[in-house]
Amino acid sequence: MIMATTTIDDPMLPQPCPVRQVVRETSDTFTLKLEAPSGAGGNWFQPGQFSMLWVFGVGELPISISGDPAERDRLVYTVRSVGQATQTLVSREVGEAVGVRGPFGTGWPVEQAQGRDVLVIAGGIGLAPLRPVIYEVLHHREKYGRLVILYGARSPRDLLYRKELAAWARQRETQVLVTVDYGGLSWRGNVGVVTTLFKYVRLQPARSMAFACGPEVMMRFVARDLETQGLTRENIYLSMERNMKCAVGFCGHCQYGPHFICKDGPIFSFDRLRPLLGKYDL
Amino acid sequence: METLERIIAEHPFFAGLESYYTNLLTGCASNVLFDAGTYIFKEGEEANEFYLIRSGRVALEIFAPQRKPIMLATLGEGEILGWSWLLPPYLWKFHAHAVEPVRAIALDGKCLRTKCEQNHDLGYEILKRFAQIMEQRLEATRLQLLDVYAVR
Repeated sequence: MIMATTTIDDPMLPQPCPVRQVVRETSDTFTLKLEAPSGAGGNWFQPGQFSMLWVFGVGELPISISGDPAERDRLVYTVRSVGQATQTLVSREVGEAVGVRGPFGTGWPVEQAQGRDVLVIAGGIGLAPLRPVIYEVLHHREKYGRLVILYGARSPRDLLYRKELAAWARQRETQVLVTVDYGGLSWRGNVGVVTTLFKYVRLQPARSMAFACGPEVMMRFVARDLETQGLTRENIYLSMERNMKCAVGFCGHCQYGPHFICKDGPIFSFDRLRPLLGKYDL
Repeated sequence: METLERIIAEHPFFAGLESYYTNLLTGCASNVLFDAGTYIFKEGEEANEFYLIRSGRVALEIFAPQRKPIMLATLGEGEILGWSWLLPPYLWKFHAHAVEPVRAIALDGKCLRTKCEQNHDLGYEILKRFAQIMEQRLEATRLQLLDVYAVR
C-alpha cells in the first residue's frame, strides 16, 4: 500500500498520481495525462527523462515523459500498448491512480543546443521522448536556430501527434518532414525510411545539434548519416532503451557495456555509444 | 537566366563533372512538366530517359493484381528518377506517378547511351553516379524491409 506520507525524494517509492485524461493517438498507442504529485516542482523533469510507472498489481514500466516541461501541473506519457502491463496502464479510468517514480536518467542537452540549429529525428514512438525538446525550443524560440523535425513511422495510421506536427510546421524557422515505410492509397506524403529525408534538409553541420530516438537500428543509420553530413559525434545524441527495473543504477538489468541506461542514460552522445552500437551481445 | 547547362551543372547528381561533359549532357536534355496525378512512365514501357527532379514529388509504384498500385518510395527535389534507360532491356520496372506537380529536366537515354559508348570517360562518370544512387536506394529498401517499427 502506498502511504500518503511518502516523500517525493525517495526514488524507490512511487507517488500515486490520478489519471486526468487518456488520449488515443493510434490503434495501439495512447497518451496518459496524470496529475503531477504535489511538491514535484522541485524535482521537475528534463526533456528526455523517464519515469517508472507502476500499475498496481501488474507491474512497473519505464516510460519516457512526453509532455511539455512548462506545464508543471501534469505528467504526460505516451505508451504503446503491446503487453499486459501496458494494456492495463492505458486502460486506467480518469481518477484512478498510477504509481510514479522519477524522473530518472539524463536529459537531452537542450541548453547546450542554444544558439544552434536543432535537428530532431524520430522513428515510431521515438517521437514521444523528443516532444519535450520540441516544446522547449518553441517556448524559447529566440534562443535557438532552425528547428528541423524528421519523423518516420510504419504507416500513416501509426503517426503520432498529427495535429501537433501540422502546427509545428507552421512555426517560424521550423521544418517538419514526415515519412512512412508503407504509404496507403490516400497518402500523398513521403514514403521511405527516415534517413531518406536528410536530402531535403539544408544542414549547417558546424552549428547544429541532433537528437534522435527510435529503434536502435534506425538510430545507428541516422548517426552514421549525420556524421557523413559533417556533424561531429559529440553533437549527435541518441536515446537508448534497455530493460530498466530499479531506475537508479542498483539492479544492473539495464547494463549496456560499461553504462547503466537508467542512470548514465538514456540519453548518450554518439561518441560514447559508437563503440557499442552494432555489437551483437549487448 | 537559368540555362539547361547551368541547371545540370549545379545539380548535386552532376557535382564535380567537368564542363565539357555537362555540355555533352545538355545536348540530350529538355525541360519537362508533369501535372499532379499523371504517370511519368509505367512498368513495361520502354525506358528512354531519366529525370532530374527540380520540384514536386514522384511516387514509385508497383502494380499488384486486383489491388491498387503499392507505393514503394517517393522522390523529390534534387533527386534522380529512373535508371532503367541505362541497362538492357531498357524497360521500366515500376510506375512513376507525379503526386504533386513536377518540374524536371529529362535526359534522353538513347542519346546519352550513344555518347557514353563514344566517350567511355563520360560513361564511367555517369555509371559511378548511378551506382551511388542504386547503393543508397538498396540500403533504404533493406531498412524498410526490416520493418523496424513493428512490435517484436
